[in-house]
Amino acid sequence: MILASIFQSGVSIEFYIVLATMLFCIGAVGVLIRRNAIILLMCIELMLNAVNLLLVAFSTYFGKAEADAQIFVFFIMVVAAAEATVGLSILVMAYRKLRTTDIGLFNNLKG
Amino acid sequence: MSLELIATILGGLTIGSALMVVISKHPVRSVLYLVLTFFMISANYVLMNAQFLAIVNIIVYAGAIMVLFLFVLMLLNLSKENEPKTNLFIKLASVVTGGLLFVVLIAAFKDGVIVAQTPGIDGNDQGLVQNLGQLLFSKYVVPFEVSSVLFIASMVGAILLAKREKQTID
Repeated sequence: MILASIFQSGVSIEFYIVLATMLFCIGAVGVLIRRNAIILLMCIELMLNAVNLLLVAFSTYFGKAEADAQIFVFFIMVVAAAEATVGLSILVMAYRKLRTTDIGLFNNLKG
Repeated sequence: MSLELIATILGGLTIGSALMVVISKHPVRSVLYLVLTFFMISANYVLMNAQFLAIVNIIVYAGAIMVLFLFVLMLLNLSKENEPKTNLFIKLASVVTGGLLFVVLIAAFKDGVIVAQTPGIDGNDQGLVQNLGQLLFSKYVVPFEVSSVLFIASMVGAILLAKREKQTID
């Protein structure tokens, strides 16, 4: 197997730790910077994917024969899909009411 | 070409396209860069021999969720002109905050002693479809069925939320 030779090469787990952390931080910065609510949801997806990447890396490097971590990633994807559906439909409803997706203007619930 | 070089280039491309998601002003362009990021992450999965997750990532994320985002964006008719602006101070503060988060996380991981197991060739076929499928339908069959209930709930919720309210005629 050609791909199996990655374990003999120099790609270490630290590389994937740094990569996933950078992806997570980019997603967090995106949530802080952008004000379009759809982009905010996308940045949350980006952060979820960073976590998935780290889980797969640890499963590959430290996992025993059973791949429990990859099943976990599968369930994270399921929950992310459900979350995106409901979030987007809430956004569509809010857009109908306010004609904008700027989260700075979603202040109707303010007490 | 060594695998280390391939992994480094892939990592750089992943970070670059993720940065473009945040930076680019046009929302549609942002979605397209996110699709590119998901493809890059799938390539990373392939490199780690998690073949099932690579395919599922492309089908579910790049195929379904991102098309949903794109569809909603086109439905709402957003453009570059009415994209909300953030002022410079908040932008600067956010970037500093994100950088600090990165530094803190790396500092936390740095001291963690990672004892490098040497996974044998026989130990790394865990990401194949056969292996994951057997695990999913034996040990994790109850969470799998519960996730279908979650999907039905979210489907009903989405339809209920997105349905136009009945116009009252007076």
